[in-house]
Amino acid sequence: MATNKPVDVVIVGFGWTGAIMAIELAQAGLNVLALERGEDATTVPNWAYPKVVDEISQSARNGLLQNLSKSTVTIRHHKDDRALPYRQIGSFKPGTGVGGAGIHWSGVHSRVMPQELRLRSHITERYGARFIPEGMTLQDWGVTYEELEPHFDRFEQVCGTSGKAGNLQGRALEGGNPFEAPRSHEFPLPPLTDPPTSALFAKATRELGYHPYPLPAANASRPYTNPYGCQLGPCNFCGFCSDYGCINYSKASPQTTILPVLYRMPNFALRTQAHVLKVNTDSAGKVATGVTYVDAQGHEVEQPATMVVLAAFHLHNVRLMLSSGIGQPYDPGTGQGKVGRNFCYQLLNSVNLFFDKNVYINQFMGAGGVGQAIEDFYGDNFDHGKLGFIGGGVIWGRQTGNGPVRGIPLPSGSPAWGSGWKAAVKKNFLHTGRIESQLSNMAYRGCYLDLDPTYRDAYGTPLLRMTLNWQDNDLRMSEFFGEKLSQIGKAMGATSQSGRVLKRGDNWDTRAYQSTHINGGTAMGADPKTSVVNKYLQSWDVSNLFVLGANVFAHGIGYNPTGLVGALAYWSAANIRATYLKSPGPLVRG
Amino acid sequence: MSSNDGQTSRRDFLATTLALAPLAVTVVGQTAAQSINGEQLPSSSPAPDHPSVPDYRPSYFTSAEWAFINAACARIIPADEHGPGAVELGVPQYIDRQMGTPWADGGIWYMQGPFFAGAPEFGYQSQLTPKQQYRMGIKAIDTLCHERLNMPFVALTAAQQDDVLKQIEKGSLTSTELPLSTFFSGFLLRNVMEGYFGDPMYGGNKDMAAWKMIGYPGVRADYLEWVGQAKPYPYGPVSIYGKRG
Repeated sequence: MATNKPVDVVIVGFGWTGAIMAIELAQAGLNVLALERGEDATTVPNWAYPKVVDEISQSARNGLLQNLSKSTVTIRHHKDDRALPYRQIGSFKPGTGVGGAGIHWSGVHSRVMPQELRLRSHITERYGARFIPEGMTLQDWGVTYEELEPHFDRFEQVCGTSGKAGNLQGRALEGGNPFEAPRSHEFPLPPLTDPPTSALFAKATRELGYHPYPLPAANASRPYTNPYGCQLGPCNFCGFCSDYGCINYSKASPQTTILPVLYRMPNFALRTQAHVLKVNTDSAGKVATGVTYVDAQGHEVEQPATMVVLAAFHLHNVRLMLSSGIGQPYDPGTGQGKVGRNFCYQLLNSVNLFFDKNVYINQFMGAGGVGQAIEDFYGDNFDHGKLGFIGGGVIWGRQTGNGPVRGIPLPSGSPAWGSGWKAAVKKNFLHTGRIESQLSNMAYRGCYLDLDPTYRDAYGTPLLRMTLNWQDNDLRMSEFFGEKLSQIGKAMGATSQSGRVLKRGDNWDTRAYQSTHINGGTAMGADPKTSVVNKYLQSWDVSNLFVLGANVFAHGIGYNPTGLVGALAYWSAANIRATYLKSPGPLVRG
Repeated sequence: MSSNDGQTSRRDFLATTLALAPLAVTVVGQTAAQSINGEQLPSSSPAPDHPSVPDYRPSYFTSAEWAFINAACARIIPADEHGPGAVELGVPQYIDRQMGTPWADGGIWYMQGPFFAGAPEFGYQSQLTPKQQYRMGIKAIDTLCHERLNMPFVALTAAQQDDVLKQIEKGSLTSTELPLSTFFSGFLLRNVMEGYFGDPMYGGNKDMAAWKMIGYPGVRADYLEWVGQAKPYPYGPVSIYGKRG
């Protein structure tokens, strides 16, 4: 096996977290190498107009997504079932290549609610420990909102996020989210223009006594230059956002916000088509010595490094921890072990609203992050005592932009083809909106990740196996939100509604898209017995290994995760720079 | 970092070329796509323009299969008072052309065994590729039609064809060879919709007629002035190759 020249830092995966860690550590003077298994990509040529605004290549054929023929996961609902491969893209959409899922994301850019980071303590204090059902493995995250706030702020400044503060340094501001945690600064850009769905949603929810606010969007509402000097152009609501790279340099991505500056740094290098197989450690398993990867030719190469950062998508980070044998794998039978523990997802209820022919929604216009939302039922913003479930989420009226190949929603009972179908699509296409609730998913003893005993990827390594199903607590919460959605849809003036609301008895259906917000499996925390990384995202077992991404979440939050994922990467990088580099070793004593 | 340098030089190349000679954009795009300093670079050009043609001859489907595809398309999206049908818009041509893409060989799916039938929630669990689905699915439907009505699908009346397709869709009519409801909903119906509503460069949606029917402006992709107004959008569609409808 060939061995490359050692580097100070090797970063596995080059999406959002890889780019953030790369620039932060390169600025600290380290010699940084990023390994990305996909191809290089930039706005031009990859997402140039009109090439990329192609529903067939991008949406129907998953142009920007991980090619599952090379690697996928297996899925089952329960540990006694046989897991089957996720053979086609459905429920979630992992990205690929430089920029990762930061290319085809929508741009909703939320933070976290302070109480979520200490959820077990919070629920215990307010409702008593017995309120947490048997088998729900809630735990605190080990980090506080106050610690993360400067890093949320930083990531918003980098992304040029459009929004309106509701709580500026403890001062309530009109027009923002009244449930917001204190922010140190206003959003870098004002909110985007409300499309028809969002305007109707805001009016209806206000009249119902709720508190609508403009959803924070990493889609620029104005021209913007970020702190690195990268420039964004204003979003023109082209309607090609989720599934697409941005034609206008408006959606924040590593390419639009970080890479042009990083690529000029002589102490940074990127190697694409480099698929990392494992993190190598010394004979005691205490020190990472680098990684082994497969290069473009299919040959294994060893890359020595003083420090290793896992910055791939959730699935690959967790699998690398398991296949590298770092940290004790979780055993659902005994509840012992931690790698793979607290694997969570998110519940998405999606309701299509059909309006009268004089109400123009024009669903083909829109932007991934634009919308109005309410948080009256987020987290613990409402009393759960009588409701008897834990969790909540955001309800929003977004207008993300939709074209006919992506699917034309129709009222319940409409035929799927023939003249009746034609009449229905013609009647409804311009007059259809959508409202959704995106909900937390608690952690459970029986929901976890491990390595599949049967199925392997193109490199001969075992696939990651997901064991997860919806649980009673979460489905009862979902039913509660179904009623709210129906109420809001009616108040918006919809003549009929169709869609999907998860209810008791429903299983996780992996076929239809719902959310790419999978999380957990290498949870962060204060206790090395139940967490894989400490509050600085440093491995408890191997102190020169840092693990980024939504896989460090201790449970599934109701927000879109990218804002938290980016903030955690900046937080980790800041602590590496301020403390770790001066004296490498554990930043927290386990 | 060589890949990044390559892109810088490509930008410079494009800027220089465009400044020196007013070449057609497509020519520049193709030149740039081939090579710069011997390095293969991606192109910013869209997929090739293959609009539907009147005298199309299928590349993948046999003549019997082609007759089935045309007949099925005519029932799935018939020509009627609401707008044009799938056949007039070239949808069969779209489907045949798709058979030549990596997708049709299962190239973007995980296709390693072992294969087990699972609960529907776990999605597609067959080793059949799209090409094989069409080959076996059409044969199985024609076999059923022969058994029941002594005729291939194409020879049935429109009402009989609708009835067969509805029963297949519901799962009440199927084959021991393969689940026909999966072939119908997961392949045939899905591909007909793609061809009908996709860009005309893929062979269907001739003259953007499907977009006009529903009021979709295609790839205009620029609505800043309109997004705040809940009003009819006044312009017709534009295709990826810049045609206006």
